[in-house]
Amino acid sequence: MTDTLAPALVRSAPPGKPRRRAPGNVRCIVKHAVLILCALVMLYPILWMIVSSLRPEDVIFRDPSLILRDLETGNYAEGWGAFADPFSHYLINSTIVVAGAIIGNLVACSMAAYAFARLEFSGKRLWFGIMLVTIMLPVHVIIVPQYVLFSQFGWVNTFLPLILPKFLATDAFFVFLMVQFIRGIPRELDEAARIDGAGHPRIFAQIILPLMVPALATTAIFTFIWTWNDFFSQLIYLTDPDMYTVPLALRAFVDTQAGTNWGATLAMSVVSLLPVFLLFLFGQRFLLRGIATTGGK
Amino acid sequence: MSATTELRALRGRGVTGKPENKAAFLFLLPWFLGLFVITLGPMAASLFLSFTDYNLLQPARFSGLDNFTRVLGDERLHQSLKVTFTYVLVSVPLQLALALGLALLLDRGLRGLAFYRSAFYLPSLIGGSVAIAVLWRTVFGADGLFNQGLALIGIDGPGWISEPGTALGTLIVLNVWTFGSPMVIFLAGLRQIPRMYYEAASVDGASRSRQFRSVTLPLLTPIIFFNLVLQIIHAFQSFTQAFVVSSGTGGPADSTLFYSLYLYQRGFGAFDMGYASALAWLLLLIIGAFTAINFWASKYWVFYDD
Repeated sequence: MTDTLAPALVRSAPPGKPRRRAPGNVRCIVKHAVLILCALVMLYPILWMIVSSLRPEDVIFRDPSLILRDLETGNYAEGWGAFADPFSHYLINSTIVVAGAIIGNLVACSMAAYAFARLEFSGKRLWFGIMLVTIMLPVHVIIVPQYVLFSQFGWVNTFLPLILPKFLATDAFFVFLMVQFIRGIPRELDEAARIDGAGHPRIFAQIILPLMVPALATTAIFTFIWTWNDFFSQLIYLTDPDMYTVPLALRAFVDTQAGTNWGATLAMSVVSLLPVFLLFLFGQRFLLRGIATTGGK
Repeated sequence: MSATTELRALRGRGVTGKPENKAAFLFLLPWFLGLFVITLGPMAASLFLSFTDYNLLQPARFSGLDNFTRVLGDERLHQSLKVTFTYVLVSVPLQLALALGLALLLDRGLRGLAFYRSAFYLPSLIGGSVAIAVLWRTVFGADGLFNQGLALIGIDGPGWISEPGTALGTLIVLNVWTFGSPMVIFLAGLRQIPRMYYEAASVDGASRSRQFRSVTLPLLTPIIFFNLVLQIIHAFQSFTQAFVVSSGTGGPADSTLFYSLYLYQRGFGAFDMGYASALAWLLLLIIGAFTAINFWASKYWVFYDD
């Protein structure tokens, strides 16, 4: 309602006094100057990393500028082959973990969200409260026994401890995100389907799921970025270098080289961030909507 | 509506209509399994383990309150608490202040909004990654980018990462750098404030600063509260950056020994699982206490317009 009222009010508001124009323009220029400066400071390290990855080793620590005098692509070739396995091996491992996590989150979280948003059941408020609290639960409290459990299954150095929990909707953040989204879908659609004889599985699969594609996209993109960047649980469950994901390989490389091969290190860091950059470029809309509704990272 | 307002609203709403327990149970089956097998079960187990001496190889041996008395005399733990509290109490307010300040600058149909928003938001997407921690190591090293910059204005900077006095500072800067996601939440909150409030205020002759104090700020307090709760919880659990920057040691001289890093060293370095479980529960209590204080204090400063 306020949205429709606001323009009318703005239009009927008295026009601004002309003498306030000039200071307004100065204000605007100052504002943009501040913002551009901030943006530059924020992005400088990232841009410098990309430029430095294309520089010869000895220039990296001499040249703070972003000007590329001679292009050196050797860092990439060198970094790609400098690990125990070719870097593609770690990219594939990370991709497997990420793909599993995305599928798990999409299936399990959407089911739970449908129940919380559309079904009435005993203890609903309690369960919903528990779900909200688990969003804020630190992973450390469960990691030790969880490790004991999974190691008894013989799952250490497999991707299962990283993927299976996602099929059990343990990323409650996404359940909440989807609940919020489903609440915005008109209930009349469900009721019309029910009158036509559809049960909950059909309403869920044929009405709700197709309508909640934006929420699913947000979930998929966030799951990708978080799992791709995840370090703590991968560090704990994957100790065999053959099973290393990108962050683990990168960290091992930095530690063994102890700062001798920064060109290659920065090059592989750029490679490891590339998928996130691309997702950011193409999926920004969904990311912004996701954090705006639920406040993720 | 954010998770914090949602939690607040849970009081007093009952189940209406007829229950559909069977269907609900089926839809929630994966979530229930996860809740009990992956979350609550291990939580209970770690509570039990915190009263034992356990190293994975031999069965857990009950040791009473040993782990908790050990907490009192463990100097590295006290150091890690100091480091973590400093980190949380310095970086979170700075991060939120920047987020709010820039959100206010960006509000109201500014030209180039989308570009600025992206530029500020990108770091928070990648700030937790190993690659950025590696970058920080390079930038704040003795001859890194930061010192090269300082050299241009004639300052000879120290090796920020390798000095015990400055290493934590670089990690605080890193966390402040990721102010983009709370900023986006502030932007969404600002957009929720009905324009007619401002119109009414300016008809009444309120100045811009008065409008900010009497309209913007009160209506934004739920968002500030939400960001505060979330960022504190998040900052208490920081791990990756300190681990990568210090090669897993928490050094130099334990100056970047985050709580979770120390917990990792005890549990997965020394396989001192009983003690690590006790530390985990202590962390939960600390975070819980901070959150509870936050919720309690919110009565006095958070304004709900409903």
